[in-house]
Amino acid sequence: MAKITLSNLRHSYLSNPTGPQDYALKEIDLDWNDGGAYALLGPSGCGKSTLLNIVSGLLTPSEGRILFDDKDVTNLPPDQRNIAQVFQFPVIYDTMTVRENLAFPLRNRGVAEPKIAERVAEIATMLEVEEMLDTRAAHLSPDNKQKISMGRGLVRDDVNVVMFDEPLTVIDPHLKWKLRSKLKELHHRVRATMIYVTHDQTEALTFADQVVVMQEGEVVQVGTPVELFERPQHTFVGHFIGSPGMNILPASVDDGRVIFNGNSVRVEGGITGEGGVTELGVRPEFVSVSDTGIPARVRKVSDVGRHAVIETMVGDTRVRAVAETANFEKGAEVHLAFQQDQTRLYRDGWIATEVAS
Amino acid sequence: MKTENQRAWFFVLPVLLLVAFNALVPIMTVVNYSVQETFGNNVFFWQGLDWFENILRSDRFHAALGRQFLFTFLILIIEVPLGIIVALSMPKKGFWVPVCLVTMALPMLIPWNVVGSMWNIFTLPNIGLLGYFMNDVLGVNYDMTQQPISAWITIVVMDVWHWTSLVVLLSYAGLVSIPDAYYQAAKIDGASPWKVFRYIQLPKMKTVLTIAVLLRFMDSFNIYTEPFVLTGGGPGNSTTLLSIDLVKIALGQFDLGPAAAMSLIYFAITLLVSWLFYTLMTKDDAQ
Repeated sequence: MAKITLSNLRHSYLSNPTGPQDYALKEIDLDWNDGGAYALLGPSGCGKSTLLNIVSGLLTPSEGRILFDDKDVTNLPPDQRNIAQVFQFPVIYDTMTVRENLAFPLRNRGVAEPKIAERVAEIATMLEVEEMLDTRAAHLSPDNKQKISMGRGLVRDDVNVVMFDEPLTVIDPHLKWKLRSKLKELHHRVRATMIYVTHDQTEALTFADQVVVMQEGEVVQVGTPVELFERPQHTFVGHFIGSPGMNILPASVDDGRVIFNGNSVRVEGGITGEGGVTELGVRPEFVSVSDTGIPARVRKVSDVGRHAVIETMVGDTRVRAVAETANFEKGAEVHLAFQQDQTRLYRDGWIATEVAS
Repeated sequence: MKTENQRAWFFVLPVLLLVAFNALVPIMTVVNYSVQETFGNNVFFWQGLDWFENILRSDRFHAALGRQFLFTFLILIIEVPLGIIVALSMPKKGFWVPVCLVTMALPMLIPWNVVGSMWNIFTLPNIGLLGYFMNDVLGVNYDMTQQPISAWITIVVMDVWHWTSLVVLLSYAGLVSIPDAYYQAAKIDGASPWKVFRYIQLPKMKTVLTIAVLLRFMDSFNIYTEPFVLTGGGPGNSTTLLSIDLVKIALGQFDLGPAAAMSLIYFAITLLVSWLFYTLMTKDDAQ
């Protein structure tokens, strides 16, 4: 178990990077506390797998350091870092039984046989795979194979961190949910630091205590699922998290007032900075259709079950609202109200309003 | 409800006819020869199983069969491990991959009789490049036209040169199909290079290796052209493998009956050993 510190980390796959565009990872500074459950969330190609491989030691970063409990491990190979990793596709030693698979990392480290037997039995119980221990691993279903891959990571009781690289990709939808709760339960039991990489917001938000959102090699926000939802630090987080995502609306600032399509909109608090491109951000959950407010026309109504998503046009800009009922005519003239404490201004993508005092 | 009838057999009929014309009928003519004696003019005398008995009891057949097994054993024991080692040391990506692959494939593209002639000229004492080098530069007494040992070394080396590439290419195909995650997981699990080979690479290569061993067994067990062109079965009978002996009996001595009996026995042995190899190598998968 260890605290993990990433300090001034940069990585480029090119040998002579000339500018920021050549870096797969741009300047990462992060602290992961011992025993925490973290998620790395971002679209494909945002650098999250690169970051994971740097933590596991499969890649050496171009610049910066990585520390496990203040010990510099930047140049250590994976087997000396005491980490475990579960890959996108289950990695199984086909010719071995389930038992031998689970014992493999321990045998390679010369652990005594009685101790191995004890740990394997313990992990098998945790994963509920006791009855398959003596079957050949090659014959298991994908979800069981993935469980065994996880087991090989958890069987060592001295791992610093267990990393998951989109581990549910090949799992059937109805088993995904089961395995996800299993994972959460395992985290509570073994209390190892876990890092979960995914592009699926549901997986990230249900698994992690802290989510690291990445975009184009940069960390855009680190926060709890609630913080990410309620107060995105960047418009990217706003529209990447939530379904539907945040409304990001072109707006101008005039003498301390925010103007959207000719209407003055009140935002949560004082506006910081100046210049740049300004946008208004408000989640559909905090937009309501009412009698007064910004005039809009209903363009589309979709009933998504518990609520309805109303798509309206304000001038040429699309604004989504979440309503209790789908009781709106297409083409109807309505008015929209934004909940003030949930309406924020963004400048060049980054948040530019202060929290209301 | 489906009505049950036998009409589906009509779909199989064309294949049956094709197989009959290109396999069953020719084999049956051989069977026909194997139980009769002929002195030409299409006159045949019933002989029963005498030819089979004669062949199975003949020292000449035993000797040829022994040489055949020795040859096949030698080339398998050299080509399979060598092929795996070469495949393991080939680059996985980059500029050198196509260069290696094409270089590897070259020997296999050369017609068999040309391979025999090439090696003949190459190894002739005093005038062949290798023969000259061995005798006149290194001072080793090497003459494949006179010494059985030299002849054997030459046909084995020639076969290794000609066919190891097949094992290499098949093993390589198996190797590149292993996802990177396996190697990364093995690194994290602390596996030694030997364990990576034993538990990841070898199991993943198993299917293609089974094919490689079967192909190399059948090809080498039936080999004719290359040793025939190279040594003609000599010196003496030292490199007279089964097929060379068979042709001598059938065409040299024109003993059609014994030759037919011998080819059927030959065929049965090839089939039996192939089946053994296949069963042993795929045994684990069934469990």
